[in-house]
Amino acid sequence: MNPWEVVIGLETHAQLQTKSKIFSGASTAFGAEPNRQACAVDIALPGVLPVLNREAVVCAIKFGLAIGAEIAPRSIFARKNYFYPDLPKGYQISQFEIPVVLGGGLTIHVGDREKYVHLTRAHLEEDAGKSLHEDFHGKTGIDLNRAGTPLLEIVTEPDMCSSAEAVAYAKSLHSLVTWIGICDGNMQEGSFRCDANVSVRKPDAPLGTRREIKNLNSFRFLQQAIDYEIQWQINEIEEGRKIQQATVLFDPDTGETRSMRSKEDAHDYRYFPDPDLLPLEIKPDWIAEIKAGLPELPQAMQARFQVDYGLSPYDAATLAVTRASAQFFEETVAAAGKDNAKTSANWVMGELAARLNRDEKEITTSPIAAVQLAGMIKRIADGTLSSKLAKEVFEALWNGEGQDADAIIEARGLKQMSDASAIEPIIDEVLSANPKSVEEFRAGKDKAFNALVGQIMKATKGKANPQQVNELLKKKLAG
Amino acid sequence: MINASLKELASALAEKKISSVELTTLFLDRIEQHNPMLNAFVTIDRAKALATAQAADQKVGADRTALTGIPLAHKDIFCAEGWRTTCGSKMLGNFTAPYDAHVVEKLNAAGMVTLGKCNMDEFAMGSSNETSFFGPVKNPWDTACVPGGSSGGSAAAIAARLAPAATGTDTGGSIRQPAALCGLTGIKPTYGVVSRYGMIAFASSLDQGGPMAKSAEDCALLLNAMAGFDPRDSTSLERPTEDYARDLEKPLAGLRIGLPKEFFGAGMDDGVRVAVEAALAEYRQLGATTVEVSLPNSGLSVPAYYVIAPAEASSNLSRFDGVRYGHRAAEYGDLNDLYAKSRAEGFGDEVKRRILIGAYVLSHGYYDAYYLKAQKIRRLIAADFTAAFKDCDVIMGPTAPSVAFKFGEKSADPVQMYLSDIYTIAVNLAGLPGMSIPCGFDRDLPVGLQLIGPWFGEAQMLNVAHRYQQATDWHRRMPAAFAG
Repeated sequence: MNPWEVVIGLETHAQLQTKSKIFSGASTAFGAEPNRQACAVDIALPGVLPVLNREAVVCAIKFGLAIGAEIAPRSIFARKNYFYPDLPKGYQISQFEIPVVLGGGLTIHVGDREKYVHLTRAHLEEDAGKSLHEDFHGKTGIDLNRAGTPLLEIVTEPDMCSSAEAVAYAKSLHSLVTWIGICDGNMQEGSFRCDANVSVRKPDAPLGTRREIKNLNSFRFLQQAIDYEIQWQINEIEEGRKIQQATVLFDPDTGETRSMRSKEDAHDYRYFPDPDLLPLEIKPDWIAEIKAGLPELPQAMQARFQVDYGLSPYDAATLAVTRASAQFFEETVAAAGKDNAKTSANWVMGELAARLNRDEKEITTSPIAAVQLAGMIKRIADGTLSSKLAKEVFEALWNGEGQDADAIIEARGLKQMSDASAIEPIIDEVLSANPKSVEEFRAGKDKAFNALVGQIMKATKGKANPQQVNELLKKKLAG
Repeated sequence: MINASLKELASALAEKKISSVELTTLFLDRIEQHNPMLNAFVTIDRAKALATAQAADQKVGADRTALTGIPLAHKDIFCAEGWRTTCGSKMLGNFTAPYDAHVVEKLNAAGMVTLGKCNMDEFAMGSSNETSFFGPVKNPWDTACVPGGSSGGSAAAIAARLAPAATGTDTGGSIRQPAALCGLTGIKPTYGVVSRYGMIAFASSLDQGGPMAKSAEDCALLLNAMAGFDPRDSTSLERPTEDYARDLEKPLAGLRIGLPKEFFGAGMDDGVRVAVEAALAEYRQLGATTVEVSLPNSGLSVPAYYVIAPAEASSNLSRFDGVRYGHRAAEYGDLNDLYAKSRAEGFGDEVKRRILIGAYVLSHGYYDAYYLKAQKIRRLIAADFTAAFKDCDVIMGPTAPSVAFKFGEKSADPVQMYLSDIYTIAVNLAGLPGMSIPCGFDRDLPVGLQLIGPWFGEAQMLNVAHRYQQATDWHRRMPAAFAG
């Protein structure tokens, strides 16, 4: 039995997909020249004032609805005061005492286990700019393009007890925020980043002292950082040292976490309600309007896939990982027919996903359209294509070598041979050409049978229906 | 011409008796002549002012407004594009605003001509103009005395007739108290009536811009141009456009004037009391009745204010860090040293004092006892006014406990200085409109009568002030030394 219990809570910053910043009209597009997307408000000129972007609130409401949370009818923006060069006002506008989203949660799957992770809250805030420490020879460059970008900070209860659960939660959350279209989920660009609060304790002991790992921007780093941190904390305690509350950074190069600041030098942020902004009031009819426009949510869709298409929970969850993938699947089934749902699922999750992955493409830009895939699946179902030939058709479709499966089958003569009168003469030829194999088979070597099948398939260029070949061959050899 | 009302100036301009260029030149010359003594302006730009005046002279027909071609001065807290905007601080001594404040934009659009930027207490923190980095402003009535603050430069400029009108801001009395000490009329509108966009923030929940001029009528015209919804200020109120001059001539018969007993107790100078009582007698002559009201929590307004205002200021002034603009220390070590030195050098003592108080009252473990409690008091004070306005239409009392005091008289004792705003601060805490009008003299220095109205009661308050000014001539008096 593991003598240590791990307790993990995550704080995730999801950058909201609004056109302009949360308190100014400047664009939020990524990748502009430094400081070209920072207006007077973003650089905090004297006298400027923030004005809340309604779209950011819409995003928060969508999120709250999607996780079954309470949307606060009245929430307050507060100032979090600290000095840093990439924080132009000397304070960050955030929400403190009363956030816009309260409670709710997400169901995660780890292996066969299902678990509900409770959320504490989600609140709106602005991002800071970036400090660029390279390229300036002993100086620091400041880029304020990101300053004022809207963020939703999503905070869980300390409900997770392994890095696997934390990653499952992060993936599930990532899937949800992209699903409802509030975040582009681009982790490399920092649109979705996690802080992990980790502590360990003996079973039934009170919560241990936590350390917070900041800014993890990939699922792999999240896993590595937590695993390292757990082991580090256990070692510390077992060697008789106490864990000090601290904020730590994960170094992907070394795979280690190191302390950034301890509790003693923790800031007193002097939070207070921002007098420049009125309380955020959200009326029930606004919530209702947004609710009506929400897409079917992943969990509802997964349940529907199981009922409607007889898919396993795993398949349903895999297909509904993104809205695009679910949509592709449903379009495929619509064209291929419900009876082919399982085959469709297998192709979307299998060959298509692998091929997309290999070519680093998204399903939205798949070279094979859902109807094309469906056309091919129909030919598998009606026996025209063997699964082997189907792979060739798939490859041809991928490379744009034909309008649809039928055209490719026609052009390449890939149609499966299921006509006994056409196959039989070929079998006869193979048998007479391989007397040794026939002898061996009759002597009881089963392997010889397979060799003969291989020869027949070769002779038909793989087009013969394998099952039919088996039957006919057996009959011939018996005769 | 220097004593003319805005209306008179407007008709002289319209009738081409004088051009805006001539009028502007007249005031620029007076500024050149008298400013070295008064220090009312920190920035003057003759070329820029004359270019605007010339443009105003070109305007005809529908392009002209009641204010086109009339010069005015801006408190140096308002950003004006291309103008150095210092807020009275070394911190912004080198800052040229790249944009116009809403108020500046609106007055420019009305065709007014900016003469220059007026001196003020540093970041509007002060009641005597002694905290300005650019040196104190002198009171034209007695140059050994302070003009009041923080809009002291604006007040001195108008009193000495260096400008026909000026903008001011009022966080705890900064329009009304200098108006009183310089014998002027000034109005702080209801919070949210005038946009704060481009007005450098001191205490965001209390700051409000407003006009300062020689009369209520002038203030009404200016307020018409300054007020209005601005989507760039979330606390700006979206209301139908008002003509603040619409009720100026209304008779006062039946007007109920509330006199808070707390404003007439000890602490007020006798000379001030005499002038205020005389003004009330005049109002009774005009048909008004007076009734005693009570603002039981008004005694808590100064302490509540000196928690809330510094708290907001400590945060508002964090942006002045020497990183992007403003003063940066010439030499520094690490980042913290850059902050510490730049801010230590850039801010004066009073600003530092308030930042320290503000940071303290917001800090962990003290927030509830100070900031939250002060906010509760604030609500009680607002409730007091609501109750009082059940029995009266307008509240009156002294604007300040004394007339202008001598330089150095209170600057050594911050608490004494803070008490100069004892009658004005509650109005900001409650977000109400307040005014000061001249109502006499004490020892040859002007006394101000304060008018406080219910929310959005500006038009009525201006009417009440205007009728008094039609019956009296205190507002026409000017310091003799500047008559020539």
